[in-house]
Amino acid sequence: MQQYKRVKNYARGRSIALTDTSVEHTVSFKKFLVNLADVFLFVTQVFRNTFARGFEFREFLKQCFQIGNKSLGLISITGIIIGLVLTIQSRPVLVDFGAVNMLPSMVTISLIREMGPVITALICAGKIGSSMGAELGSMRVTEQIDAMEVSSTNPIKFLVVPRVLACTLMIPLLTLYADALGIFGGWLAANIKGDISAVLFLTQAFRDVEFIDLIPAVIKSFFFGMVIALVGCYKGYHASAGTESVGVAANTAVVMASLLVIFVDLIAVQITDLL
Amino acid sequence: MKKETPNTESVVAIRNLKKGFGPKEVLKDVSLDLKKQENLVVLGKSGTGKSVLIKCIVRLLRADAGEISVFGEEINGLDKPALDDIRKRIGFLFQSAALYDSMTVRENLEFPLRRIRKGLSEQEIDQKVHDALENVGLVEAIDKMPSELSGGMRKRIGLARTIIVDPEIILYDEPTTGLDPVTSNEISILINEIQQKYKASSIIITHDMECVRTVADRIIMLKEGAVYKEGSFKEFQGGDDDYINSFFKPQNTELNKN
Repeated sequence: MQQYKRVKNYARGRSIALTDTSVEHTVSFKKFLVNLADVFLFVTQVFRNTFARGFEFREFLKQCFQIGNKSLGLISITGIIIGLVLTIQSRPVLVDFGAVNMLPSMVTISLIREMGPVITALICAGKIGSSMGAELGSMRVTEQIDAMEVSSTNPIKFLVVPRVLACTLMIPLLTLYADALGIFGGWLAANIKGDISAVLFLTQAFRDVEFIDLIPAVIKSFFFGMVIALVGCYKGYHASAGTESVGVAANTAVVMASLLVIFVDLIAVQITDLL
Repeated sequence: MKKETPNTESVVAIRNLKKGFGPKEVLKDVSLDLKKQENLVVLGKSGTGKSVLIKCIVRLLRADAGEISVFGEEINGLDKPALDDIRKRIGFLFQSAALYDSMTVRENLEFPLRRIRKGLSEQEIDQKVHDALENVGLVEAIDKMPSELSGGMRKRIGLARTIIVDPEIILYDEPTTGLDPVTSNEISILINEIQQKYKASSIIITHDMECVRTVADRIIMLKEGAVYKEGSFKEFQGGDDDYINSFFKPQNTELNKN
Protein backbone atom coordinates (compact mmCIF):
# COMPACT_ATOMS: atom_id res chain seq x y z
CA MET A 1 0.00 0.00 0.00
CA GLN A 2 2.84 2.34 0.89
CA GLN A 3 4.61 1.53 -2.39
CA TYR A 4 1.36 2.15 -4.23
CA LYS A 5 1.15 5.64 -2.69
CA ARG A 6 4.78 6.38 -3.43
CA VAL A 7 4.41 5.50 -7.12
CA LYS A 8 1.23 7.57 -7.34
CA ASN A 9 2.86 10.58 -5.67
CA TYR A 10 5.93 10.25 -7.90
CA ALA A 11 3.73 10.24 -11.02
CA ARG A 12 1.68 13.18 -9.76
CA GLY A 13 4.83 15.16 -8.93
CA ARG A 14 5.97 14.84 -12.53
CA SER A 15 2.51 15.35 -14.03
CA ILE A 16 2.44 11.81 -15.42
CA ALA A 17 -1.11 10.60 -15.87
CA LEU A 18 -1.26 7.03 -14.52
CA THR A 19 -4.41 4.96 -14.13
CA ASP A 20 -4.82 2.78 -11.02
CA THR A 21 -4.02 -0.34 -13.09
CA SER A 22 -0.79 1.23 -14.39
CA VAL A 23 0.24 2.11 -10.84
CA GLU A 24 -0.39 -1.49 -9.73
CA HIS A 25 1.65 -2.81 -12.68
CA THR A 26 4.49 -0.42 -11.84
CA VAL A 27 4.47 -1.58 -8.21
CA SER A 28 4.51 -5.28 -9.15
CA PHE A 29 7.25 -4.69 -11.75
CA LYS A 30 9.31 -2.91 -9.09
CA LYS A 31 8.80 -5.87 -6.73
CA PHE A 32 9.89 -8.23 -9.51
CA LEU A 33 13.09 -6.23 -10.07
CA VAL A 34 13.82 -6.15 -6.33
CA ASN A 35 13.35 -9.94 -6.13
CA LEU A 36 15.61 -10.42 -9.13
CA ALA A 37 18.32 -8.31 -7.50
CA ASP A 38 17.86 -10.34 -4.31
CA VAL A 39 18.34 -13.62 -6.20
CA PHE A 40 21.41 -12.21 -7.95
CA LEU A 41 22.94 -11.11 -4.64
CA PHE A 42 22.23 -14.50 -3.06
CA VAL A 43 23.82 -16.42 -5.95
CA THR A 44 26.84 -14.08 -5.90
CA GLN A 45 27.24 -14.66 -2.16
CA VAL A 46 27.03 -18.44 -2.65
CA PHE A 47 29.71 -18.43 -5.35
CA ARG A 48 31.96 -16.08 -3.38
CA ASN A 49 31.69 -18.27 -0.28
CA THR A 50 32.28 -21.45 -2.30
CA PHE A 51 35.80 -20.30 -3.05
CA ALA A 52 36.44 -18.61 0.31
CA ARG A 53 38.63 -20.21 2.97
CA GLY A 54 37.22 -22.60 5.57
CA PHE A 55 35.19 -25.06 3.48
CA GLU A 56 32.71 -27.06 5.60
CA PHE A 57 33.79 -30.51 4.41
CA ARG A 58 31.91 -32.53 7.05
CA GLU A 59 28.69 -30.76 6.23
CA PHE A 60 29.35 -31.33 2.51
CA LEU A 61 29.77 -35.09 3.06
CA LYS A 62 26.62 -35.16 5.19
CA GLN A 63 24.65 -33.45 2.43
CA CYS A 64 26.09 -35.81 -0.22
CA PHE A 65 24.76 -38.69 1.87
CA GLN A 66 21.37 -37.01 2.37
CA ILE A 67 20.95 -36.11 -1.29
CA GLY A 68 22.65 -39.07 -2.96
CA ASN A 69 22.20 -42.11 -0.77
CA LYS A 70 18.74 -41.26 0.48
CA SER A 71 17.42 -40.73 -3.06
CA LEU A 72 18.64 -44.09 -4.38
CA GLY A 73 15.38 -45.97 -3.72
CA LEU A 74 13.21 -43.40 -5.45
CA ILE A 75 15.58 -43.04 -8.40
CA SER A 76 15.88 -46.86 -8.76
CA ILE A 77 12.13 -47.33 -9.04
CA THR A 78 11.75 -44.38 -11.41
CA GLY A 79 14.68 -45.47 -13.61
CA ILE A 80 13.43 -49.04 -14.05
CA ILE A 81 9.87 -47.92 -14.78
CA ILE A 82 11.00 -45.32 -17.35
CA GLY A 83 13.04 -48.02 -19.14
CA LEU A 84 10.08 -50.42 -19.07
CA VAL A 85 7.59 -47.84 -20.33
CA LEU A 86 9.86 -46.53 -23.09
CA THR A 87 10.46 -50.04 -24.40
CA ILE A 88 6.86 -51.22 -24.15
CA GLN A 89 5.57 -48.10 -25.95
CA SER A 90 8.22 -48.01 -28.69
CA ARG A 91 8.17 -51.69 -29.57
CA PRO A 92 4.87 -51.84 -31.60
CA VAL A 93 5.94 -48.93 -33.84
CA LEU A 94 9.36 -50.44 -34.47
CA VAL A 95 7.77 -53.85 -35.18
CA ASP A 96 5.54 -52.18 -37.79
CA PHE A 97 8.61 -50.79 -39.55
CA GLY A 98 10.54 -54.05 -39.18
CA ALA A 99 13.15 -52.27 -37.08
CA VAL A 100 12.76 -54.11 -33.79
CA ASN A 101 16.54 -54.67 -33.60
CA MET A 102 16.85 -50.85 -33.22
CA LEU A 103 14.85 -51.01 -29.98
CA PRO A 104 17.77 -51.29 -27.48
CA SER A 105 19.78 -48.44 -28.99
CA MET A 106 16.71 -46.23 -29.35
CA VAL A 107 15.73 -46.73 -25.72
CA THR A 108 19.31 -46.21 -24.53
CA ILE A 109 19.83 -43.01 -26.53
CA SER A 110 16.49 -41.55 -25.29
CA LEU A 111 17.41 -42.44 -21.74
CA ILE A 112 20.94 -41.08 -21.80
CA ARG A 113 20.22 -37.91 -23.76
CA GLU A 114 16.93 -36.78 -22.30
CA MET A 115 14.73 -39.01 -20.17
CA GLY A 116 17.36 -39.95 -17.56
CA PRO A 117 18.63 -36.43 -16.79
CA VAL A 118 15.25 -34.68 -16.94
CA ILE A 119 13.21 -37.26 -15.02
CA THR A 120 15.93 -37.59 -12.35
CA ALA A 121 16.15 -33.81 -12.02
CA LEU A 122 12.37 -33.41 -11.77
CA ILE A 123 12.10 -36.15 -9.13
CA CYS A 124 14.96 -34.53 -7.19
CA ALA A 125 13.40 -31.08 -7.57
CA GLY A 126 10.41 -32.51 -5.74
CA LYS A 127 12.32 -34.43 -3.10
CA ILE A 128 15.44 -32.34 -2.50
CA GLY A 129 14.15 -28.87 -3.45
CA SER A 130 11.21 -29.16 -1.06
CA SER A 131 13.32 -30.59 1.77
CA MET A 132 15.90 -27.78 1.44
CA GLY A 133 13.15 -25.14 1.30
CA ALA A 134 11.39 -26.56 4.34
CA GLU A 135 14.56 -27.22 6.37
CA LEU A 136 16.16 -23.82 5.86
CA GLY A 137 12.74 -22.16 6.12
CA SER A 138 12.09 -23.68 9.53
CA MET A 139 15.64 -22.80 10.60
CA ARG A 140 14.92 -19.20 9.61
CA VAL A 141 11.56 -19.12 11.41
CA THR A 142 12.92 -20.65 14.63
CA GLU A 143 15.90 -18.24 14.65
CA GLN A 144 18.48 -21.01 14.14
CA ILE A 145 20.06 -19.08 11.25
CA ASP A 146 20.26 -15.97 13.47
CA ALA A 147 21.86 -18.11 16.20
CA MET A 148 24.49 -19.21 13.69
CA GLU A 149 25.27 -15.62 12.73
CA VAL A 150 25.63 -14.65 16.38
CA SER A 151 28.10 -17.55 16.78
CA SER A 152 30.27 -15.82 14.14
CA THR A 153 29.37 -18.49 11.59
CA ASN A 154 28.44 -17.48 8.08
CA PRO A 155 25.14 -19.35 7.41
CA ILE A 156 25.67 -19.15 3.64
CA LYS A 157 29.00 -20.93 4.02
CA PHE A 158 27.75 -23.50 6.53
CA LEU A 159 24.24 -24.21 5.22
CA VAL A 160 23.98 -23.17 1.58
CA VAL A 161 27.38 -23.85 -0.02
CA PRO A 162 27.60 -27.55 1.07
CA ARG A 163 24.03 -28.15 -0.11
CA VAL A 164 24.61 -26.53 -3.51
CA LEU A 165 27.90 -28.37 -4.09
CA ALA A 166 26.53 -31.71 -2.91
CA CYS A 167 23.45 -31.40 -5.11
CA THR A 168 25.56 -30.29 -8.11
CA LEU A 169 27.72 -33.39 -7.69
CA MET A 170 25.04 -35.91 -6.73
CA ILE A 171 22.43 -35.22 -9.45
CA PRO A 172 24.77 -36.26 -12.30
CA LEU A 173 25.69 -39.44 -10.39
CA LEU A 174 22.03 -40.19 -9.72
CA THR A 175 21.33 -39.54 -13.41
CA LEU A 176 23.95 -42.08 -14.51
CA TYR A 177 22.50 -44.55 -12.01
CA ALA A 178 18.96 -43.92 -13.35
CA ASP A 179 20.26 -44.39 -16.93
CA ALA A 180 21.78 -47.76 -16.00
CA LEU A 181 18.60 -48.96 -14.32
CA GLY A 182 16.51 -47.61 -17.20
CA ILE A 183 18.52 -49.74 -19.63
CA PHE A 184 17.98 -52.71 -17.30
CA GLY A 185 14.23 -51.92 -17.30
CA GLY A 186 14.36 -51.78 -21.11
CA TRP A 187 15.92 -55.24 -21.22
CA LEU A 188 13.23 -56.58 -18.86
CA ALA A 189 10.48 -55.13 -21.08
CA ALA A 190 12.12 -56.50 -24.23
CA ASN A 191 11.90 -59.94 -22.65
CA ILE A 192 8.17 -59.63 -21.99
CA LYS A 193 7.27 -59.85 -25.68
CA GLY A 194 10.46 -61.29 -27.13
CA ASP A 195 13.50 -63.15 -25.99
CA ILE A 196 16.81 -61.35 -25.94
CA SER A 197 19.89 -62.03 -23.84
CA ALA A 198 21.34 -59.28 -21.68
CA VAL A 199 24.63 -59.37 -23.62
CA LEU A 200 22.90 -59.00 -27.00
CA PHE A 201 20.65 -56.22 -25.63
CA LEU A 202 23.65 -54.30 -24.28
CA THR A 203 25.65 -54.84 -27.49
CA GLN A 204 22.79 -53.49 -29.56
CA ALA A 205 22.11 -50.75 -27.01
CA PHE A 206 25.60 -49.27 -27.09
CA ARG A 207 26.20 -49.84 -30.81
CA ASP A 208 24.89 -46.39 -31.68
CA VAL A 209 25.71 -44.58 -28.43
CA GLU A 210 28.70 -42.26 -28.50
CA PHE A 211 30.42 -40.10 -25.94
CA ILE A 212 28.83 -37.04 -27.53
CA ASP A 213 25.48 -38.42 -26.31
CA LEU A 214 26.70 -38.80 -22.75
CA ILE A 215 28.82 -35.69 -22.14
CA PRO A 216 26.20 -32.96 -22.77
CA ALA A 217 23.72 -34.96 -20.66
CA VAL A 218 26.14 -35.12 -17.73
CA ILE A 219 26.99 -31.42 -18.07
CA LYS A 220 23.35 -30.38 -18.05
CA SER A 221 22.77 -32.61 -15.00
CA PHE A 222 25.36 -30.54 -13.14
CA PHE A 223 23.35 -27.42 -13.93
CA PHE A 224 20.09 -29.15 -12.96
CA GLY A 225 21.61 -30.00 -9.57
CA MET A 226 22.92 -26.48 -9.06
CA VAL A 227 19.58 -24.90 -9.98
CA ILE A 228 17.57 -27.23 -7.69
CA ALA A 229 19.79 -26.51 -4.68
CA LEU A 230 20.05 -22.77 -5.32
CA VAL A 231 16.27 -22.42 -5.61
CA GLY A 232 15.57 -24.63 -2.56
CA CYS A 233 18.13 -22.79 -0.42
CA TYR A 234 17.08 -19.33 -1.61
CA LYS A 235 13.42 -19.95 -0.86
CA GLY A 236 14.18 -21.43 2.57
CA TYR A 237 16.80 -18.85 3.51
CA HIS A 238 14.43 -15.99 2.68
CA ALA A 239 11.35 -17.45 4.38
CA SER A 240 9.52 -14.78 6.37
CA ALA A 241 8.35 -15.16 9.95
CA GLY A 242 5.56 -17.62 10.74
CA THR A 243 5.14 -21.33 10.16
CA GLU A 244 3.02 -20.74 7.06
CA SER A 245 6.08 -19.38 5.26
CA VAL A 246 7.85 -22.75 5.69
CA GLY A 247 5.13 -24.44 3.62
CA VAL A 248 5.23 -21.64 1.08
CA ALA A 249 9.03 -21.90 0.84
CA ALA A 250 8.88 -25.68 0.26
CA ASN A 251 6.10 -25.36 -2.27
CA THR A 252 7.58 -22.51 -4.32
CA ALA A 253 10.99 -24.22 -4.23
CA VAL A 254 9.52 -27.30 -5.97
CA VAL A 255 7.56 -25.29 -8.54
CA MET A 256 10.43 -22.92 -9.38
CA ALA A 257 13.07 -25.69 -9.44
CA SER A 258 10.94 -27.88 -11.75
CA LEU A 259 10.30 -24.96 -14.12
CA LEU A 260 13.95 -23.98 -14.17
CA VAL A 261 15.01 -27.59 -14.85
CA ILE A 262 12.79 -27.58 -17.97
CA PHE A 263 14.13 -24.15 -18.94
CA VAL A 264 17.79 -25.20 -18.51
CA ASP A 265 17.01 -28.33 -20.53
CA LEU A 266 15.66 -26.19 -23.37
CA ILE A 267 18.86 -24.13 -23.43
CA ALA A 268 21.04 -27.27 -23.16
CA VAL A 269 19.22 -28.89 -26.10
CA GLN A 270 19.74 -25.77 -28.22
CA ILE A 271 23.46 -25.70 -27.39
CA THR A 272 23.89 -29.46 -27.99
CA ASP A 273 22.14 -29.05 -31.32
CA LEU A 274 24.79 -26.57 -32.43
CA LEU A 275 27.63 -29.01 -31.66
CA MET B 1 23.26 -15.02 46.98
CA LYS B 2 24.67 -11.58 47.62
CA LYS B 3 25.00 -9.61 44.40
CA GLU B 4 28.06 -7.54 43.63
CA THR B 5 27.51 -3.85 42.89
CA PRO B 6 27.68 -3.25 39.12
CA ASN B 7 30.64 -1.35 37.75
CA THR B 8 30.01 2.14 36.31
CA GLU B 9 31.85 1.40 33.07
CA SER B 10 29.44 1.00 30.10
CA VAL B 11 29.89 -2.03 27.88
CA VAL B 12 26.93 -1.13 25.67
CA ALA B 13 25.92 2.48 24.98
CA ILE B 14 22.94 3.19 22.77
CA ARG B 15 22.06 6.73 21.69
CA ASN B 16 18.90 7.84 19.86
CA LEU B 17 18.31 4.47 18.25
CA LYS B 18 15.63 4.34 15.54
CA LYS B 19 14.40 1.24 13.75
CA GLY B 20 11.32 0.73 11.62
CA PHE B 21 9.84 -1.91 9.33
CA GLY B 22 8.18 -0.34 6.31
CA PRO B 23 5.76 2.33 7.50
CA LYS B 24 5.86 1.08 11.11
CA GLU B 25 8.40 2.79 13.36
CA VAL B 26 9.18 0.28 16.12
CA LEU B 27 11.99 2.09 17.96
CA LYS B 28 11.60 5.85 17.79
CA ASP B 29 14.26 7.13 20.13
CA VAL B 30 15.97 4.74 22.52
CA SER B 31 19.05 5.60 24.54
CA LEU B 32 20.46 3.35 27.25
CA ASP B 33 23.67 2.14 28.85
CA LEU B 34 24.58 -1.33 30.05
CA LYS B 35 27.12 -1.19 32.86
CA LYS B 36 29.75 -3.83 33.43
CA GLN B 37 28.47 -6.85 35.44
CA GLU B 38 24.96 -5.44 35.53
CA ASN B 39 21.65 -7.20 34.92
CA LEU B 40 19.55 -4.69 33.00
CA VAL B 41 15.91 -5.67 32.45
CA VAL B 42 14.03 -4.17 29.51
CA LEU B 43 10.29 -4.16 30.13
CA GLY B 44 7.45 -3.20 27.86
CA LYS B 45 4.30 -4.42 26.19
CA SER B 46 4.53 -6.77 23.22
CA GLY B 47 5.40 -4.91 20.03
CA THR B 48 7.33 -2.11 21.73
CA GLY B 49 10.55 -3.27 20.06
CA LYS B 50 12.37 -5.01 22.91
CA SER B 51 13.59 -7.93 20.80
CA VAL B 52 14.38 -5.55 17.95
CA LEU B 53 16.55 -3.56 20.38
CA ILE B 54 18.78 -6.51 21.33
CA LYS B 55 18.92 -7.74 17.73
CA CYS B 56 20.25 -4.30 16.76
CA ILE B 57 23.00 -4.66 19.39
CA VAL B 58 24.43 -7.76 17.64
CA ARG B 59 23.50 -6.31 14.23
CA LEU B 60 21.12 -9.10 13.33
CA LEU B 61 19.03 -6.06 12.39
CA ARG B 62 20.55 -2.83 11.16
CA ALA B 63 19.48 0.36 12.93
CA ASP B 64 17.95 3.08 10.75
CA ALA B 65 19.56 5.84 12.80
CA GLY B 66 21.39 6.37 16.07
CA GLU B 67 24.54 4.96 17.61
CA ILE B 68 25.18 1.56 19.18
CA SER B 69 28.53 1.26 20.84
CA VAL B 70 29.62 -2.18 22.12
CA PHE B 71 32.94 -2.39 24.00
CA GLY B 72 33.59 1.12 22.66
CA GLU B 73 33.14 0.11 19.00
CA GLU B 74 30.36 1.59 16.87
CA ILE B 75 28.62 -1.58 15.73
CA ASN B 76 27.03 -0.19 12.58
CA GLY B 77 30.34 0.94 11.13
CA LEU B 78 32.17 -2.38 11.54
CA ASP B 79 33.18 -4.63 8.66
CA LYS B 80 32.34 -8.36 8.82
CA PRO B 81 35.55 -9.63 10.52
CA ALA B 82 35.44 -6.85 13.15
CA LEU B 83 31.73 -7.53 13.74
CA ASP B 84 32.49 -11.24 14.20
CA ASP B 85 35.16 -10.35 16.77
CA ILE B 86 32.57 -8.38 18.76
CA ARG B 87 29.96 -11.13 18.38
CA LYS B 88 32.41 -13.66 19.80
CA ARG B 89 32.25 -11.73 23.07
CA ILE B 90 28.44 -11.65 23.17
CA GLY B 91 26.03 -14.47 24.04
CA PHE B 92 22.45 -14.42 22.80
CA LEU B 93 19.69 -16.58 24.25
CA PHE B 94 16.83 -16.64 21.74
CA GLN B 95 13.19 -16.69 22.75
CA SER B 96 12.74 -20.12 21.15
CA ALA B 97 16.22 -21.24 22.37
CA ALA B 98 17.03 -21.75 18.64
CA LEU B 99 18.70 -25.13 19.15
CA TYR B 100 19.91 -26.69 15.90
CA ASP B 101 17.31 -29.39 15.24
CA SER B 102 19.61 -31.64 13.23
CA MET B 103 22.29 -31.79 15.94
CA THR B 104 22.44 -33.50 19.32
CA VAL B 105 22.78 -31.43 22.51
CA ARG B 106 26.54 -32.13 22.52
CA GLU B 107 26.89 -30.95 18.89
CA ASN B 108 24.77 -27.88 19.65
CA LEU B 109 27.18 -26.92 22.42
CA GLU B 110 30.28 -27.77 20.43
CA PHE B 111 29.11 -25.66 17.46
CA PRO B 112 29.92 -22.18 18.87
CA LEU B 113 32.86 -23.53 20.85
CA ARG B 114 34.70 -24.90 17.79
CA ARG B 115 34.08 -21.68 15.89
CA ILE B 116 34.71 -19.08 18.55
CA ARG B 117 37.32 -20.73 20.78
CA LYS B 118 39.52 -22.19 18.08
CA GLY B 119 42.54 -24.22 19.09
CA LEU B 120 40.93 -26.14 21.95
CA SER B 121 41.80 -29.84 22.18
CA GLU B 122 39.04 -32.49 22.01
CA GLN B 123 39.53 -33.12 25.73
CA GLU B 124 39.10 -29.43 26.55
CA ILE B 125 35.99 -29.24 24.37
CA ASP B 126 34.51 -32.29 26.15
CA GLN B 127 35.28 -30.72 29.52
CA LYS B 128 33.70 -27.38 28.58
CA VAL B 129 30.56 -29.09 27.23
CA HIS B 130 30.30 -31.10 30.43
CA ASP B 131 30.83 -28.01 32.61
CA ALA B 132 28.24 -25.95 30.72
CA LEU B 133 25.68 -28.74 31.03
CA GLU B 134 26.48 -29.16 34.70
CA ASN B 135 25.89 -25.43 35.22
CA VAL B 136 22.36 -25.79 33.86
CA GLY B 137 21.83 -29.16 35.54
CA LEU B 138 21.31 -31.22 32.39
CA VAL B 139 24.37 -33.44 31.99
CA GLU B 140 22.13 -36.44 31.30
CA ALA B 141 20.71 -34.78 28.15
CA ILE B 142 24.07 -34.67 26.38
CA ASP B 143 23.24 -37.17 23.64
CA LYS B 144 19.59 -36.24 23.18
CA MET B 145 18.15 -34.49 20.14
CA PRO B 146 16.38 -31.13 20.72
CA SER B 147 13.06 -32.74 19.71
CA GLU B 148 13.33 -35.02 22.77
CA LEU B 149 13.59 -32.09 25.20
CA SER B 150 10.84 -30.20 27.02
CA GLY B 151 10.46 -26.41 26.71
CA GLY B 152 12.33 -25.75 29.95
CA MET B 153 15.13 -28.14 29.02
CA ARG B 154 15.50 -26.47 25.62
CA LYS B 155 15.84 -23.08 27.33
CA ARG B 156 18.48 -24.47 29.69
CA ILE B 157 20.43 -26.06 26.83
CA GLY B 158 20.13 -22.75 24.96
CA LEU B 159 21.57 -21.07 28.02
CA ALA B 160 24.39 -23.63 28.22
CA ARG B 161 25.19 -22.97 24.55
CA THR B 162 25.24 -19.24 25.26
CA ILE B 163 27.59 -19.42 28.26
CA ILE B 164 29.94 -22.07 26.89
CA VAL B 165 32.05 -19.46 25.10
CA ASP B 166 32.37 -17.32 28.28
CA PRO B 167 30.67 -14.23 26.85
CA GLU B 168 31.21 -10.84 28.43
CA ILE B 169 27.71 -9.68 27.50
CA ILE B 170 24.63 -11.92 27.49
CA LEU B 171 21.40 -10.88 25.80
CA TYR B 172 18.34 -12.81 26.98
CA ASP B 173 15.21 -12.64 24.81
CA GLU B 174 12.31 -13.61 27.07
CA PRO B 175 14.13 -16.42 28.90
CA THR B 176 11.14 -17.56 30.95
CA THR B 177 8.27 -17.12 28.51
CA GLY B 178 6.11 -20.21 28.12
CA LEU B 179 7.56 -21.97 31.16
CA ASP B 180 5.84 -23.04 34.38
CA PRO B 181 6.52 -20.91 37.50
CA VAL B 182 8.94 -23.45 39.02
CA THR B 183 11.09 -23.72 35.88
CA SER B 184 10.87 -19.93 35.37
CA ASN B 185 12.22 -19.41 38.84
CA GLU B 186 15.04 -21.89 38.21
CA ILE B 187 15.99 -20.04 35.02
CA SER B 188 15.94 -16.69 36.87
CA ILE B 189 18.24 -18.06 39.57
CA LEU B 190 20.48 -19.47 36.85
CA ILE B 191 20.72 -16.01 35.24
CA ASN B 192 21.94 -14.59 38.56
CA GLU B 193 24.42 -17.43 39.04
CA ILE B 194 25.79 -16.91 35.55
CA GLN B 195 26.21 -13.19 36.23
CA GLN B 196 28.18 -13.95 39.39
CA LYS B 197 30.20 -16.82 37.98
CA TYR B 198 31.11 -15.38 34.58
CA LYS B 199 31.11 -11.68 35.62
CA ALA B 200 28.88 -11.07 32.61
CA SER B 201 26.79 -8.00 31.84
CA SER B 202 23.27 -8.87 30.72
CA ILE B 203 20.25 -7.35 29.06
CA ILE B 204 17.16 -9.37 29.92
CA ILE B 205 13.93 -8.91 28.06
CA THR B 206 10.98 -10.32 29.92
CA HIS B 207 7.34 -9.87 30.89
CA ASP B 208 7.71 -12.19 33.85
CA MET B 209 7.62 -9.95 36.95
CA GLU B 210 8.98 -12.70 39.23
CA CYS B 211 11.96 -12.97 36.91
CA VAL B 212 12.35 -9.17 36.99
CA ARG B 213 12.25 -9.19 40.79
CA THR B 214 14.91 -11.92 40.95
CA VAL B 215 17.39 -10.71 38.35
CA ALA B 216 17.07 -6.93 37.87
CA ASP B 217 19.79 -4.57 39.02
CA ARG B 218 18.12 -1.87 36.96
CA ILE B 219 14.96 -1.71 34.84
CA ILE B 220 14.24 0.25 31.69
CA MET B 221 10.64 0.42 30.54
CA LEU B 222 9.85 1.02 26.88
CA LYS B 223 6.62 2.59 25.70
CA GLU B 224 5.76 3.42 22.09
CA GLY B 225 9.33 2.92 20.92
CA ALA B 226 11.04 5.14 23.51
CA VAL B 227 12.37 4.84 27.07
CA TYR B 228 9.46 5.58 29.42
CA LYS B 229 11.12 5.13 32.82
CA GLU B 230 14.37 3.90 34.25
CA GLY B 231 15.10 2.78 37.81
CA SER B 232 15.39 -0.07 40.28
CA PHE B 233 12.63 -2.60 41.05
CA LYS B 234 11.73 -0.66 44.21
CA GLU B 235 11.48 2.61 42.29
CA PHE B 236 9.04 1.04 39.84
CA GLN B 237 6.83 -0.35 42.59
CA GLY B 238 4.23 1.63 44.40
CA GLY B 239 3.98 4.64 42.12
CA ASP B 240 0.73 6.07 40.77
CA ASP B 241 1.51 5.63 37.08
CA ASP B 242 -1.22 3.38 35.62
CA TYR B 243 0.97 2.13 32.79
CA ILE B 244 3.75 1.03 35.15
CA ASN B 245 1.30 -0.35 37.68
CA SER B 246 -0.31 -2.49 34.99
CA PHE B 247 2.96 -4.48 35.02
CA PHE B 248 3.63 -4.45 38.74
CA LYS B 249 0.17 -4.99 40.23
CA PRO B 250 -2.03 -8.09 39.87
CA GLN B 251 -4.45 -7.77 36.96
CA ASN B 252 -8.17 -8.44 36.67
CA THR B 253 -8.75 -8.58 40.40
CA GLU B 254 -12.50 -8.36 39.88
CA LEU B 255 -12.35 -11.41 37.61
CA ASN B 256 -10.32 -13.52 40.04
CA LYS B 257 -12.26 -16.58 41.21
CA ASN B 258 -10.89 -16.49 44.73
